[in-house]
Amino acid sequence: MYDSGKIIVGLIIFVGLFTSPFWYDANSKAGEKPDLVLPAKENQKACVESAAFMRSSHMVLLNDWRNEFVRENVTTYTSSNGKTYDMSLTNTCMNCHSNSSQFCDRCHTYMDVSPYCWDCHIEPNNPESSK
Amino acid sequence: MNIDRRKFFKILGFSTIGLAAGKLSNIYSKNKVVKFISKTAGSSKEFISKRILAKKRYAMVVDLRKCISQQGCTKCIDACNRTHNIPDFGEDKDEIKWIWKEPYENTFVDQENFYMTEKYNDKMVPVFCNNCDNPPCVNVCPTQATWQRDDGIVMMDWHRCIGCRYCMAACPYGSRSFNWRDPRPFIKNINPDFPTRMKGVVEKCTFCDERVSQGLSPACVEACTEKAMVFGNLNDSESEVRQLLKENFSIRRKPGLGTNPEIYYLV
Repeated sequence: MYDSGKIIVGLIIFVGLFTSPFWYDANSKAGEKPDLVLPAKENQKACVESAAFMRSSHMVLLNDWRNEFVRENVTTYTSSNGKTYDMSLTNTCMNCHSNSSQFCDRCHTYMDVSPYCWDCHIEPNNPESSK
Repeated sequence: MNIDRRKFFKILGFSTIGLAAGKLSNIYSKNKVVKFISKTAGSSKEFISKRILAKKRYAMVVDLRKCISQQGCTKCIDACNRTHNIPDFGEDKDEIKWIWKEPYENTFVDQENFYMTEKYNDKMVPVFCNNCDNPPCVNVCPTQATWQRDDGIVMMDWHRCIGCRYCMAACPYGSRSFNWRDPRPFIKNINPDFPTRMKGVVEKCTFCDERVSQGLSPACVEACTEKAMVFGNLNDSESEVRQLLKENFSIRRKPGLGTNPEIYYLV
């Protein structure tokens, strides 16, 4: 191999630079799991669907709600256990999860997503925090 | 099957003539022409059957005889602004309006006579979205952010509006307003039960669909102390709107355009 010294040294430098983010973070801890403030038990015993479903698919549910409410004029949601709820972010969801900064925002910040609900909708208990 | 080139071209020629003949007969057939004209004039059978088959067809009757006696009154406009979080930018250029006032002669441009009834001289008339039967705004909306419900209300889905403003260009009544700026800081008292809008969406009167679905009448109707506005179902022959239209002479804004506006003015 010609110039083997230069190539091998170059390769070592390249690999080092390429993996540098891993070395940089090698000793630091993983990002902390967001700490959610769940609603007080006396308000409501369970969410509209199971916690696992809500965790993975609340955005799908909310999207369906908004389409059905605005476009199909359907106002109530029948959950998988047969209970019916008003389809409303500000009235149904926020009735229990009354503070978005202690619930919604914690995961959204952790995941670096920024839904724009409060650009238009008004957070019932905290109108000033909106926007 | 064995086809030589000569035969192939013959078949090709005859089939071209055959296809063209089909198209020609389409163009000259009377039905098609009539259907096209009536559709553009907004009185197409399709529209009529749609509105008759619907259980409800909401409309508004405005009694101008009562309304013009209170010229300075802005109760309906104020109620609407409060209910729907309509901002006040303090200038006309960016104004958002769901109900507003127009001079009589500008409202009914095709009714203008050289010698007009004097009682309407320089009088202001409340105008809103006509929730047309044949809404041009709905036809042009590229995202279906605005559409017509079976009960006739021309709805807005602000989630879906991309702010292209085709609907504003299409609307012959100027009923639609665009949010050039973020409206939230310009709303005096926010009504938490109704969303605000964001910069870059179009908004308009929707006959208070959120109140109608709760069985209430629109906010402006409720606010009018003169009882000059009546809201109801045109497909119910016993409804108050139908009675009023039966007993009084009514006019509509620019009916010649074929949009079939659903706000009736008693004069």
